[in-house]
Amino acid sequence: MDSVVLLRPVPDPVEELELNDDGNDLDRDYLGYVLNEFDDHALEEALLLKEAAGGTLTVLGLGSADEMEQILHTALAKGADEAIKLGDDLSHLSVSAQTEIFVSALEGRSYDLILTGVQAADELDGQLAVRVAAKLRIPHVSVVVGADAGDGSVRVTKEFWGGITADYQVQTPTVLGIQAARQAPRYVAVSLIRQAQQSGALSEIDVDPPPDKSGVRVVSVRVPETGVGAEMIGGDEEAAAEKIVEIIRAAGVK
Amino acid sequence: MSDVFVVTEHLQGELTETSFELIALARDIAAQTGGRVVAGLVGSGVIGLAAELGGADRIVVVDDPAFENFSPDGHAAVYASLIEGSPIVLIPYTSMGMDVASALSTTSGIPLVSFCTSISVDDGLGATCQLYAGKIEADVEVAGDRAIFAVLSGSTSAEDGRSGAAAEVTRVDNPVESELRSTCLGLTEPEGGDVDITSEDVLVVVGRGIESEDNIAEAQEVADLLGGAVAGSRPIIDQGWLAKDRQVGKSGLTVKPKVYLTLGVSGAPEHVEGMKDAETIIAVNTDPQAPIFAVAHYGWVGDIFDLLPELVDKLEAD
Ligand SMILES: Cc1cc2nc3c(=O)[nH]c(=O)nc-3n(C[C@H](O)[C@H](O)[C@H](O)COP(=O)(O)OP(=O)(O)OC[C@H]3O[C@@H](n4cnc5c(N)ncnc54)[C@H](O)[C@@H]3O)c2cc1C
Ligand SMILES: Nc1ncnc2c1ncn2[C@@H]1O[C@H](COP(=O)(O)O)[C@@H](O)[C@H]1O
Repeated sequence: MDSVVLLRPVPDPVEELELNDDGNDLDRDYLGYVLNEFDDHALEEALLLKEAAGGTLTVLGLGSADEMEQILHTALAKGADEAIKLGDDLSHLSVSAQTEIFVSALEGRSYDLILTGVQAADELDGQLAVRVAAKLRIPHVSVVVGADAGDGSVRVTKEFWGGITADYQVQTPTVLGIQAARQAPRYVAVSLIRQAQQSGALSEIDVDPPPDKSGVRVVSVRVPETGVGAEMIGGDEEAAAEKIVEIIRAAGVK
Repeated sequence: MSDVFVVTEHLQGELTETSFELIALARDIAAQTGGRVVAGLVGSGVIGLAAELGGADRIVVVDDPAFENFSPDGHAAVYASLIEGSPIVLIPYTSMGMDVASALSTTSGIPLVSFCTSISVDDGLGATCQLYAGKIEADVEVAGDRAIFAVLSGSTSAEDGRSGAAAEVTRVDNPVESELRSTCLGLTEPEGGDVDITSEDVLVVVGRGIESEDNIAEAQEVADLLGGAVAGSRPIIDQGWLAKDRQVGKSGLTVKPKVYLTLGVSGAPEHVEGMKDAETIIAVNTDPQAPIFAVAHYGWVGDIFDLLPELVDKLEAD
């Protein structure tokens, strides 16, 4: 089973998000990016499939320059056969535009499975996994929590809600929007990442950003007011602990 | 006179709360556009569910054995045909809706807006969206006069979407001629564990801020002292640190305990969905911007590892 994993960085969720002067986007000048956590799970699931059933594993990465190289080298170190960086620093494109870029990069390649994260925190105009599938006219399954490769098909588990899941037999090629891999994404030794950096296995494809056809425009952004209606507890941990116990007792818990 | 189309969803014979929330939103929009609310209902043996959808003016039903189970590409293909004639389409941003919305938008070219919490139609089509896991709120505008909105669960009250009225029901044949490329092999229910977090009075809820499986012991101690249970956010369950039946949120369970104490949970929309109706929510997080503080009743900005020993002390002395 030959797989392609689509990777995108997102603004580091741990960082404080600042807004730009126009108030219609994040201030991206100093923003740090990390791999979308669901894409990391997609990569892990692809690695597990490759280990179980063989085949090739290619990763395609789109987005901010430095971080993407690091992300692709890490993927190579983990066991990807080939890593390709699409364009240079094409971060913050609409999902519609990302779809165009990934689809043209996939042209002429043979694959059974395309895997990517079920969503990314900045996917304002839809989910990449489903858009890519619809563009390629191949089936898709979102919110996948495990896959098992067969002959001409793949068996996947899709999660609904309340812990209820459904198993599907899906014809290949297909696109899977991965929610969680069967196991937590693996770590890889820094020495292996360094080896991957020196191996020259990372290639690049020039990409011109396509015009945005999403039809969706951000007018303004804001940081939602937190603590509205919430009473913020001040003081150190001791004072906070005392107050929290008081609140719990007042809520009728003895 | 624009009609508003609602994609409803159901599982195991039950319509979801989100379906009713979307009907409530659609009613508001239709009141402004002067159009009707049209609900789509697709499944097998589902005609009976139409009686619950009286909040709509018209229900279009595809009742066909091919849709005995949700079919990711099948439902998308059916809805591509059903939404024709409705310029505004609302789809739940859920496991099922995700497979429908982006496919509809890609094949039809109608713009799609995700993560919506409200929709406006007064000055062109627009929406308010929650981006970056709830850390940013955005007002967006859509070009043209058609749009698909994928709406987050809990955006409005489901009650407002329920009605005993009888809507006009139209049955249509399955418009999808091609064979479905995925086959559902069956549903699996979660295994019941030792604790039912939906019936606990106190939940101590750990998020990624807890950092390691070993650290959960301290949260467990607090839960024990309060006669409650420990629950977790999704990453904690994905790591295998807590069992699946301890997960709160969109893909886990919905809980309404007396006290919901979060330790290092950021408050992503998918988590909030499962806990926003808890009676008393107390949040602890080092990040003052964490969206969890928007739903909490009480909040403390600080380190859970400083707080936990103090909390254990206070409860032991209490
Ligand atoms: C389809 C779908 C379904 C999903 N279903 C669910 C679901 O059912 N339930 C769910 O929870 N999520 C669900 N998610 C995932 C959700 O999007 C978030 O990724 C998840 O809720 C984040 O979990 P978290 O808050 O524990 O982690 P993070 O978002 O990483 O937050 C950790 C928080 O801990 C704080 N912190 C770190 N260290 C400390 C410290 N020492 N002291 C205090 N605070 C600290 C940080 O400031 C941060 O706010 C779903 C996602 C998708 C796409
Ligand atoms: N948006 C939807 N519209 C109609 N049917 C759906 C939709 N989403 C899912 N279904 C599926 O239809 C199946 C049969 O319905 P039921 O037997 O009523 O639960 C359910 O198991 C669902 O998987």
